[in-house]
Amino acid sequence: MTELDWLRQYVFTPDMFANDQVTNALLAGAVVSVVCAALGYFVVLRGLSFIGHAVTDIGFTGGAGAALLGLNALWGLATFCVAAALGVGALGDRARERDVATGVILALGLGLGAMFLYINTRYVNTPFTLLFGSIFEVDPDTTRVMVVIGLVCLAVLVVLYRPLLFSSLSPETAQARGVPLQLVSALFLACMAVAVAEAAQVVGVLLSTALLVGPAATAGYLVTRPGPATALAALLGVLETWLGIDLAYVSYYWPPGGKGWPVSFFITALVLVVYLLARLIRPGFRRHLPMSISQLPNPGAMPTPGARASCASPSASAIPAHRQRTAAHLREA
Amino acid sequence: MGNLIQPDMFSQPYMQNALLTGSIAALLAGLVGFFVVLRGVSFAAHALGQIGFAGAAGAVLIGVDPLWGLVAFALTGALGLGVLGVQEHGRDVTTALVLVAALGVGALFLALNTTYATAAFALLFGTIVGVSRDQVWQTAVLAAACVAALTVLYRPLLLATLNAELAAARGVPVRLVSVLFLVVVGVAAAVTIPTVGTLLIFSLMVGPAAAATYLSSRPWRAMGLAIGLALAATWVGLVVAYDTGWPIGFIISTAVTVLYLGARLLGPRTRRRPEIAAVY
Repeated sequence: MTELDWLRQYVFTPDMFANDQVTNALLAGAVVSVVCAALGYFVVLRGLSFIGHAVTDIGFTGGAGAALLGLNALWGLATFCVAAALGVGALGDRARERDVATGVILALGLGLGAMFLYINTRYVNTPFTLLFGSIFEVDPDTTRVMVVIGLVCLAVLVVLYRPLLFSSLSPETAQARGVPLQLVSALFLACMAVAVAEAAQVVGVLLSTALLVGPAATAGYLVTRPGPATALAALLGVLETWLGIDLAYVSYYWPPGGKGWPVSFFITALVLVVYLLARLIRPGFRRHLPMSISQLPNPGAMPTPGARASCASPSASAIPAHRQRTAAHLREA
Repeated sequence: MGNLIQPDMFSQPYMQNALLTGSIAALLAGLVGFFVVLRGVSFAAHALGQIGFAGAAGAVLIGVDPLWGLVAFALTGALGLGVLGVQEHGRDVTTALVLVAALGVGALFLALNTTYATAAFALLFGTIVGVSRDQVWQTAVLAAACVAALTVLYRPLLLATLNAELAAARGVPVRLVSVLFLVVVGVAAAVTIPTVGTLLIFSLMVGPAAAATYLSSRPWRAMGLAIGLALAATWVGLVVAYDTGWPIGFIISTAVTVLYLGARLLGPRTRRRPEIAAVY
């Protein structure tokens, strides 16, 4: 067997594109990756990794409940995710309190989900599919719905982009300038909830955090400005998802044989490896002021380039201190 | 009410074992949870549980006692997270990604295993059956080791938690204490998982301790309360699960949520942190 044949059989099989399930999976995966990456940049910037994870865990209740009622799991997931995100948002922003409260509610959500699965005896595989995903089983109709929802999410994000960036970096100044912080935060959380509900269709409830924060955090290590970082995150997300799908497809020939390895394993492993590589190459998440002067609401009142350069020092890695400093600069001006 | 606690319940050997392991797990989870909540590392505790899940799934796959898989993976995970550095609160992307990657590995092990369905459900959401007397002893030994470690760590850990600068000035090796504490959390997670399941570890480790810190600011009293609440929730879970056959994780998580909300309603508006004077 030549090396090319070996590659064809064990790494990349051209005939996989002839399979409808695979092409559908590639499309669904791409949509989810792009939406998650775009929102993920702000999730990382605002320090919401845990909230993003908790929201899907609560969404699991909705997914299990929908399966119990015989509905499409996506609707249950999306409803519960959005409700959870808004609830978490209402808990306020004192991180210490919020994390504990979120955790307790998360456990309740998972417990309820377990109860629904226990009552539901129709599908033996439902727990596994819901928790760990099964992208090859997403039906084309659901994919179409996912494309529409994803586009709506992206549209909302485009509208929110500037106030969101402003309020993530310097909440005090943003508020002083009349940005409705609560509304921006709630809308963003709702968008994030929809995105993770979609991601849950691909990699499952428990693993959707990987697509949400992984590519975005990786891009944050490599690129500075938010626009390019978001684009790179989307690209990375799509590549990681597609490679994961490809590997899952060919893993049918891998040991123990006759049985594919789960897609979610490949995607999460790829996401973690790429993230750690990026950390090795460029240590220190680029959290310095990523907005250009013209992006801010009132360009005339902006600090001098010198002040910007001092913000951009790599030592400004911790968000709170950095936020304070940015706010101070803006206030001086 | 007469049927709630059935007389033959505790004559069943499997129920005795479940009661023993559940109580040990609740005791340890309440104790460790106090520090987890105080230090704000609940996300890391959650992650260690999920890392343990991968280990347990792997152990089931190769036919070893899941407890050892749990302990091995949770210990490695604790050391890894300690070295990579755990930030306070949920900000931490690294914790999140290590957590999901571990779950992914667990999913792989379950998929490769042909007999996964019930084993997976038990690992994820807890079970009251299938604990052997040997496992009770193993759990007890692991828990005793954790308690011993916490006894040694108690003062430096509390001081490092409340005021890291002061602790460093007094010569407490803050970094080492933090890594050692994560190791204790990892073992405690491994002990707790067989009862409540991987996904609901929060309900025993974080919920009761969080409720307790609303009710008292004295470390000893808060710890005692946390242990008491965790034990109460576990016992309710065991009794109801025996009567109804419902997943025990669901009952425990509901009970803990009720306790937590009750404490928030009864207690002061914010959780109280112990005074440094209480330690030194």
